[in-house]
Amino acid sequence: MDKVIIAKNLSLAYSKEETIINKVNFSVDSGSFVFITGASGSGKSTLLKSLYGALKPVEGSLVVGGVELSGVSNKKLNFLRRHLGIVFQDYKLIKEWTIEKNIMLPLIINGYEKTVTQNQVDSLLKHVKLKHQAGKYPLELSGGEQQRVAMARALAHNPILILADEPTGNLDEYSSQVIWNLLEGANEQLGTTVIVVTHHIPETMSVDYKHYHIEFGDISEIL
Amino acid sequence: MKSFKNHLSLVIALLSILFSVQIFTIVERSIDAYKENLAKNYSLVVVSKKAIDPKTIQTKVSLVTHIDEISPDGVIKRLNAGISKKNAELLKVTLPKFYKLKLKYYPSPQELQNIRATLLKLPSVMKVETFEGTHHRTYRLLLLFKTVVSVFSLSVLVVTVLLIFKELRIWQFQHNERMSIMGLFGAPTWLRSAVLFRLAIVDALIASALAFVSFIYVSSNKWIAEQFENIGINVVVFDTTYDFLTMLGIAMSVSLLLATLIVLGHKEEV
Repeated sequence: MDKVIIAKNLSLAYSKEETIINKVNFSVDSGSFVFITGASGSGKSTLLKSLYGALKPVEGSLVVGGVELSGVSNKKLNFLRRHLGIVFQDYKLIKEWTIEKNIMLPLIINGYEKTVTQNQVDSLLKHVKLKHQAGKYPLELSGGEQQRVAMARALAHNPILILADEPTGNLDEYSSQVIWNLLEGANEQLGTTVIVVTHHIPETMSVDYKHYHIEFGDISEIL
Repeated sequence: MKSFKNHLSLVIALLSILFSVQIFTIVERSIDAYKENLAKNYSLVVVSKKAIDPKTIQTKVSLVTHIDEISPDGVIKRLNAGISKKNAELLKVTLPKFYKLKLKYYPSPQELQNIRATLLKLPSVMKVETFEGTHHRTYRLLLLFKTVVSVFSLSVLVVTVLLIFKELRIWQFQHNERMSIMGLFGAPTWLRSAVLFRLAIVDALIASALAFVSFIYVSSNKWIAEQFENIGINVVVFDTTYDFLTMLGIAMSVSLLLATLIVLGHKEEV
């Protein structure tokens, strides 16, 4: 099976004094569903940031979607990011854009045609049950609704890999369920690799998944 | 409303730059027109032992446009009562030649000194009267006026530039988030900054259009035209093509520079 992520002796740090992830080795198969858990401050989000190139490895090698991220050029990094779908805990929606335009963002960046873009956005808005809110701005929505918009944005361009950082962290049960359904759907129906950083794995998961745990800068698979 | 406010702050800053530049231009034009007017009424007087070929003077002093010989007839006529006609004719021949020199423009005191020195070097020239006293006073008044306006325009420019730098920080804060989010989804730099450059261009166009309308009004204002008439000059307050293009160029350059600085100063969030 193809590997979508390969990390060898990977070390991550924000400063020279403090290493967050220390010489870890792991890989993720294409099309798999992976949970990364760990205590607060263990380095789960740091690891996720490194996967979309927001934090460069200080040591070792990290290959995501065939792109080596240590010393990666901006051009290559942009190319990789265009094939990723990222969901942030704080949503990271563009406040001055309508939710419809927010969902369009990856499609605009990837140069999709207008009609394709509009159809895809309409379909996603239906999936996240926000069709009636299309013209609203992010700050007019609740936290759960904003996260559903962020989820739709992450799925819009059919990415090869979805990276989700505590996507249901502060959400109500309904919104959480919508998010999990979408992630599972993308994995099952489209074969998208999904990596979710979370404090706890939902009990209702219907897909097979792998579980990695981060502790003391090390990562281990929980079988 | 918020978006209108965002536009307004840069548009006002750009407008004040355009106003100070145009006011400075109007003052420059007024002074030039006034200097031209003064030059028309101003002349030097050269006294020479012998007749001088006007071409000789013009070769030596390129500023000279016109040379008139002052006829001594008037002076001799006043003396006529006491002397015979024969003696009067003799006197006319022996009298030095007087020339009135017209200049292209109103010269600076330094230029005037140089003209005087050059003319005095001509072999037969005995005296050059430049009427320096009156000349220097008028020239200094003009210079003082120009300096006051320049200082005023410069102060407005400095204050506006400071305002623009403050605006730059606000814009940096406002646009950083959007640019970072777009960056996280792999948008190239041109696409991340497209909104910013579009805003900058729109603001420059709005400011130029407002300045255009304002100066069209000012240039057609009767009271202003009367003021120029009163001091005997005719000034183009606003040249619709040249001045508008200059304004547009300045506004575009400033706002695009502002946008470029924001893009260059953008740091991706980690």
